[in-house]
Amino acid sequence: MSDSTATAGGAVAEAHHEHPAYQRHHFETIDQQFDATNFAMWLFLLTEIMFFGGLFMSYLLMRNWYYPAFVEGSHQLNIGWGTANTAVLIISSFTMAMSVWSAEMRKKGMLLLFLSLTWILGLAFLGIKSIEYHEKWVKHHVPGLHWSESSFLNPSSDAEVYKEYHDKPLAPDMAAKTAMYFYLYFAMTGMHALHMIIGISILTFMIFRARAGAYTTGHVTYVENFGLYWHFVDIIWIFLYPLLYLISRY
Amino acid sequence: MSEQNSQHEHEHHIVSPVIYGVILCCLLMATALTAGMSYIDLGQWQIAPGLTLFWNPVVALAIACTKMTLVVLFFMHVKYSRKLTKLTVASGFFLFLVLIGMTMCDYFTRAWGRW
Repeated sequence: MSDSTATAGGAVAEAHHEHPAYQRHHFETIDQQFDATNFAMWLFLLTEIMFFGGLFMSYLLMRNWYYPAFVEGSHQLNIGWGTANTAVLIISSFTMAMSVWSAEMRKKGMLLLFLSLTWILGLAFLGIKSIEYHEKWVKHHVPGLHWSESSFLNPSSDAEVYKEYHDKPLAPDMAAKTAMYFYLYFAMTGMHALHMIIGISILTFMIFRARAGAYTTGHVTYVENFGLYWHFVDIIWIFLYPLLYLISRY
Repeated sequence: MSEQNSQHEHEHHIVSPVIYGVILCCLLMATALTAGMSYIDLGQWQIAPGLTLFWNPVVALAIACTKMTLVVLFFMHVKYSRKLTKLTVASGFFLFLVLIGMTMCDYFTRAWGRW
């Protein structure tokens, strides 16, 4: 890559400058490469904000229209699992930030440790999420596939939730709107989980590259920009958690 | 060439693990706080007949915004970034709020006065 212009004639060869292999030739300095790719990553994250923004907008509107349905729908979520997952994701953000620090300090062992911890915590998040999804399936709370309104038309039939919240039966038209809550629940957490799966896949690749020493010789850009993605996914969950789990728990 | 080099405002900043640790503690405490607050009825504000503001979601979102700010500033290094990055991030969130705000203005005023 660095030799690509060596044969292209005198003028170009004169402009050729020495640079490490991880610096693309069209960047003048490694700082410039870092700034340019960092800026590009942020632009990508802005499109992601707009993408999730549509879901948040739908949520906001539907919640205002069908508030009682959203309250009883959210009572079906396990606040313990939700809080645990929030903690797991926040800690994984910390280990990701520490991965960036390890790469900057060129500590290969630390980098591998923190990348692996991030990877494990990401999988732990998905594991907890799948326990929750499975519970929704068993209780017929997957709209369109495996759906029943009986928990909302007759809350006392769902003893476990009823003894905690004593929900009143919803009128049939409002009970039907709990499906809207679960549509949004699965759309938002599902899209978030998809981002997690993509993140974990890239992390797997990065762990192998880090083992080969790719990020501990001054090439921080890749780890830093992946970190931005990982923190962004964390931020989405920071909002999903209160919106989906913490509606009127008193 | 040298002009372009001098445009870089500063060297690459390395954030210390101590700061990351402090932010982690703040984020975990905020999570515990927001979970706890959801069990307390913070009441509501009757702005107009048919228009009520519940304080619980307001507090929950305020805590979530604080957590987001901590993540963006420290974990995502925006506090130590160039002005271009700061402007990009700020304009992104501003545009998001404009889109949500405008859409909600439409929905909330469709039945204005008829409630």
